[in-house]
Amino acid sequence: MDALDLARWQFAITTVYHFLFVPITIGMSLIVAIFHTAWVRTHNEQWLRLTKFFGKLFMINFALGLVTGIVQEFQFGMNWSDYSRFVGDIFGAPLAFEALLSFFLESTFLGVWIFGWGRLPEKLHAATIWLTHIGTVISAYFILAANSFMQNPVGFTFNPETGRAEMADFLAVLTNKVQLVTFPHVITSSYMTGGAVVLGVALWMWMKHDGTADAPMYRSAVKVGSVFTVIASLLVIITGDLQGKIMTEVQPMKMAAAEALYTSEDNAGFSIFTIGSLDGSKEVFSIKVPGLLSFLATGDFGAKVEGIKELEAKAKELPAKVEAQYGPEVAKLATADSYTPNIPMSYWSFRLMMGLGFLATLFGIMSWMAARKEKAPSGRLWRQIAIWTPLLPVIAISFGWIFTEIGRQPWIVNGLMTTATGVSPSVSAGEVLFSMIVYTLVYAVLAFIEVKLFLAYVRRGAEPFEAPGDPTDANEDRPLQFAY
Amino acid sequence: MEYTTLQLVWFGLIGVLWTGYLVLEGFDFGVGMLLPALGPGRDAADTERRKRVMLTTIGPHWDGNEVWLLTAGGATFAAFPHWYATMFSAFYLPLLLVLVALIVRNMGLEYRGKRDNETWRKRWDLAIIGGSVLAPLLVGVALTNVVRGLPIDKDMEFAGNFFTLLNPMSLLGGLVVLGLSLTHGAFFLALKTDGDIRRDARALGTKVGLATAVLAVVLLLWLGLTKGTTWSWITTVIAAVALLFAIFMNTKGKEGLAFIGTAVTIAMAVATYFFALFPDVMPSTLAGGTSLTIANASSTELTLKIMTIAAVVFTPIVLIYTAWTYWVFRKRLTTRQIPAPVPVA
Repeated sequence: MDALDLARWQFAITTVYHFLFVPITIGMSLIVAIFHTAWVRTHNEQWLRLTKFFGKLFMINFALGLVTGIVQEFQFGMNWSDYSRFVGDIFGAPLAFEALLSFFLESTFLGVWIFGWGRLPEKLHAATIWLTHIGTVISAYFILAANSFMQNPVGFTFNPETGRAEMADFLAVLTNKVQLVTFPHVITSSYMTGGAVVLGVALWMWMKHDGTADAPMYRSAVKVGSVFTVIASLLVIITGDLQGKIMTEVQPMKMAAAEALYTSEDNAGFSIFTIGSLDGSKEVFSIKVPGLLSFLATGDFGAKVEGIKELEAKAKELPAKVEAQYGPEVAKLATADSYTPNIPMSYWSFRLMMGLGFLATLFGIMSWMAARKEKAPSGRLWRQIAIWTPLLPVIAISFGWIFTEIGRQPWIVNGLMTTATGVSPSVSAGEVLFSMIVYTLVYAVLAFIEVKLFLAYVRRGAEPFEAPGDPTDANEDRPLQFAY
Repeated sequence: MEYTTLQLVWFGLIGVLWTGYLVLEGFDFGVGMLLPALGPGRDAADTERRKRVMLTTIGPHWDGNEVWLLTAGGATFAAFPHWYATMFSAFYLPLLLVLVALIVRNMGLEYRGKRDNETWRKRWDLAIIGGSVLAPLLVGVALTNVVRGLPIDKDMEFAGNFFTLLNPMSLLGGLVVLGLSLTHGAFFLALKTDGDIRRDARALGTKVGLATAVLAVVLLLWLGLTKGTTWSWITTVIAAVALLFAIFMNTKGKEGLAFIGTAVTIAMAVATYFFALFPDVMPSTLAGGTSLTIANASSTELTLKIMTIAAVVFTPIVLIYTAWTYWVFRKRLTTRQIPAPVPVA
């Protein structure tokens, strides 16, 4: 493997890992905020207990999202310096905005929220977790705007003098049509994930504590979690469908790769499952729904979907065009041996994303139904549902990102710059290998610690009710409600 | 604003962001480093309560403090893409170590109190202490290398290796950032705690402050004699005076003034670096190499304008709510206020 392959692997590992925690953070911060608000509104003890119980689980998860996010901010410069030079004029701004508008907001107010029990008036205290949640959503907006630029570069001009892409219209970057469908898709899938985590944990505890005084509390949490999961997943499906149509428009190769569609077809079918050759060019066995791919791509069952061969031939003409306009140096940025992404990866990640997501939706619906009864469900199946419901959306989202990023290859910025030309020239393969090993080891150890701690706090369950201290109490020695 | 003025503004703002980072995270690094020095109390139970007091003083703040680093990184990317690209790829291995240091330290701060288990706490103590020492040390080494100059080739790419970065001046720079963080952290603890810890932090603060003053003066003189300008000499003098003022105020028991003193010292040290750097952002020591300058490393006028508007609107808001959090948690902490550990083994 050379420095490029290693840098790609490292980016994949650090980014997928980071994004295991992000959707949980976005989704759970909202649900915890809702629990907290319910407590402030009703002063029903169960809402405070749930706020603290899920708040602790949220914090255990948040810590990892936070620390792995620091790596994200720096690795463009560390591993992708030529990419950073080429697009920095456009790509840097959303990252800076993200730090200024969102990171400060979420970090500062989360700190106040954690340590604020008994020190702030209760409404103000509840407001801090809402501000944290808003911070996470703003953060998602800017980083997705940056990613959308890579999928569909807009709002820029190429400056032959400086040899880089330069900002022409920032508003266009922020309202990229890819962004306008990607952001809702990611946010709703994060809400679905947050709902699924709350659902899974609460369902487990409800079954364990069935018949006890705590059962109604956990049942309430199951209701909230399952309503969240189901409603959000419907929105995920709608936004995902819109996203597919935009993707077909701006990245037809990605859609063709998603179905391994080699030749253009009218009324193109969508295969649920295929056994074929490794590169996907021959199929041995396949279950196909006729016209479905055409519908996913365009909204019309009979419409034509372009195939890989035609798109590859078209892309091959690109370097010569660029060379004629800007010369051979710039043409290098757009030159690749093949313009077809890895087909099996694109094909399967697309299906796994949808399939696992649908399964989580199904579990959500089943749990919603179950929570209408007063008695908790029981048995092996339900225990499996409690365990898998939180995991499924997280895995589905990972496959979604793997699809999105693999399907863009060989481009780092679609149609402008190949991934191969973006890597840092001054960083050796040995250095990247070393850093990749370090990240992987550190991340693996942290994952192990995190999961064990998370489960220990689930097992412990919600603490008995304890009224928050009075912030106006002047006693100097009053113990803190929370300390490190 | 003129394009050249905008570029200057952003050079200055990057300096402000580094100042914000080193002043704010400086004290929480210091508190982390001081765990083994100020933690030990009369007995095991007292030691544990003292450590928890120390960590709780920075509890609500360290995460927000660290955002200054991310903002410095993001703003450099947006305003000076070449600076970001060259600097971050040149410092590949040291930055990796900084990131790992921050990761284990932050995890330690978040997780240490989550189990009532001696082994668990000891391991996270090590992570907090190690990370709090390593991160400022390496940040100091990196920033000093930026000012001192590095072998950068004609394509703005770093042409040295890891050992190029370990030169005497930069290592001294690392020690100075470490020492300043330590002193700043001791004064912060003296300001935010009461009882034994306050007394011990003051006593230790004077000692590490004096040692740091010696190192800092050597570094700034060295830098001044090789790269000095009128302005950098002025800020050097203010930095030195502020540090001595801080130490003096600490001995007088004026902890607030002592803390302001070290904050001014750090700000003026960063200013000295930036004045010495001007008009470069990363000078090349290579014959035929390209120095990165404010002019050749920056973004376009439009990007800088957009960024300036964002900075003008949002920085005051950030500063206001950040200040508010310090007001909310303004009370001094004592070991008596520390609650029982969470009963999770």
